[in-house]
Amino acid sequence: MTGMVALYIFMLAAFTGYEVISRVPVILHTPLMSGSNFVHGIVLVGAMVALGNAHTTLEKVIGVIGVLLAAGNAVGGYVVTERMLEMFKSSGARGGGKRGAH
Amino acid sequence: MLDEATRDWIIQASYFVTAALFILGLKRMSSPVTARSGITWAGAGMLVATAVTFAFPGMSNYELIIPAILVGSALAWWSGKRVAITDMPQMIALYNGMGGGAAAAIAAVELYHGEMESTAAAALAVVGGIIGAVSFAGSGIAFGKLQGLIKRSIRFPGLQIINLLILVAAVGHGALISMHVTAPTTMVTGMFVFALILGVTMTLPIGGADMPVVISLYNALTGLAVGFEGFVLNNAAMIIAGTVVGSAGTLLTQLMAKAMNRSLGNVLFSGFGDTGATATGTVTGSMKPIEASDVGVMMAFAQKVIVVPGYGMAVAQAQHKIWELCQLLIDRGVNVKFAIHPVAGRMPGHMNVLLAEAGVPYDLIADLDEINAEFETADVALIIGANDVVNPVARNDKSSPIYGMPILNADKAKNVIVIKRGQGAGFSGIENALFYLDNTRMLYGDAQKAGAELIQAIKAAG
Repeated sequence: MTGMVALYIFMLAAFTGYEVISRVPVILHTPLMSGSNFVHGIVLVGAMVALGNAHTTLEKVIGVIGVLLAAGNAVGGYVVTERMLEMFKSSGARGGGKRGAH
Repeated sequence: MLDEATRDWIIQASYFVTAALFILGLKRMSSPVTARSGITWAGAGMLVATAVTFAFPGMSNYELIIPAILVGSALAWWSGKRVAITDMPQMIALYNGMGGGAAAAIAAVELYHGEMESTAAAALAVVGGIIGAVSFAGSGIAFGKLQGLIKRSIRFPGLQIINLLILVAAVGHGALISMHVTAPTTMVTGMFVFALILGVTMTLPIGGADMPVVISLYNALTGLAVGFEGFVLNNAAMIIAGTVVGSAGTLLTQLMAKAMNRSLGNVLFSGFGDTGATATGTVTGSMKPIEASDVGVMMAFAQKVIVVPGYGMAVAQAQHKIWELCQLLIDRGVNVKFAIHPVAGRMPGHMNVLLAEAGVPYDLIADLDEINAEFETADVALIIGANDVVNPVARNDKSSPIYGMPILNADKAKNVIVIKRGQGAGFSGIENALFYLDNTRMLYGDAQKAGAELIQAIKAAG
């Protein structure tokens, strides 16, 4: 991947992120923030690679901390997002019939 | 065993799939109908990416990687399943901070390693590392504040200048590291120490009511940090996911700040409390208590009751009791509505989730713009654990730190009943003028207990 290609990816991804959530209703703000919090848990992949290439003890210690934190970000982010959305769905089913009158 | 080229192709293709799943997942999460499946899609993407990374060429230290993943995952799984819905915002802050810390750790390993390909790569590692470390420390403080571990907002004159100096110190170290390419260890350490301090000193002065905006901002910053470290590691999945979160998070932060009628700069730099200490002096009069039985009668014979729930109601787990109470009133023919302020929970949308959990139908829930004109015709405004969002000083006291924030006009109702545990000030520490009005009565007690008493009183009203 050349620097220029990476820059294109960066630009397109930035616009994508903006577009994807530009029309989100207020009720989904909290779950969506939590969901995007989960998505940057992809840092786990980088932390694994960093630790996988660590040599000195210092690098290994920091690498282990990185992987620990990253795994926490990914798994924790998933669990709380799922719990919130699960509840949201059930409330939608209960309140759904009356929503049209709103 | 696959040859090197095939293995690399499989890894890159898997990252491609992961990036696509993340974007589709986020898209689905932004619509109520598909939200639930969105997180499942994104979760599948994460699994794919993590699995193939084990096959990354030239990796070692598996004996460290695997236990670290297992321990980190288990702790997060356990805490995420256990946490009450009311405490979600600080958990998001915590998990977000961990992501930032991980991004900073990647930068630290690469920089201590000291074999950066170019000045550009070193600069990206530096920028991602600083942002990640600020997000890590800042999110930790945000967690501590919302969890009640840090009670006070620490401010003093000149703090912004000190913050600026710390930022300059961190960036200065970073610039030197980038130019050296192979930097001395102490310089790398110095940069991270300054960045961590900056995260703390930037977040400490910010009041609790502004925390959701700050958490959202740190969420976006972590995304950016992950994206930058993705450049350093030449990892497309990290670049795409990190950048998407960075821009989506920035937009979300703006939407939240707008819902609170505050600009981001205002939240970060002016902060609550520049004038806050003096604001208490303007309140006159006294708080007038009332008994639950009297409130029960008042509501039972009212035509219209507007309930204003706040975070205090959720903390007391009173939403079920309150909904039971409202159902009694509805059965008696009382017109009952719930008025939700955009920041009624700890984040926009948080209160809607909490009320939905209790089974309150959507058509009874109105937001600020819909309901504000109706307070004048309401016989009773029942304030449960809400404080700053109904404080009329936001409308008329220019010296107040919350001046200009849109509020629910509960003070316009004929009678205002405030259910409150004690006489203390709100989350932001600002005295509430509403409590001292002539048409306001205070019903002291835990929201759950008060709800039960009111139910008895209404039943007794016959």
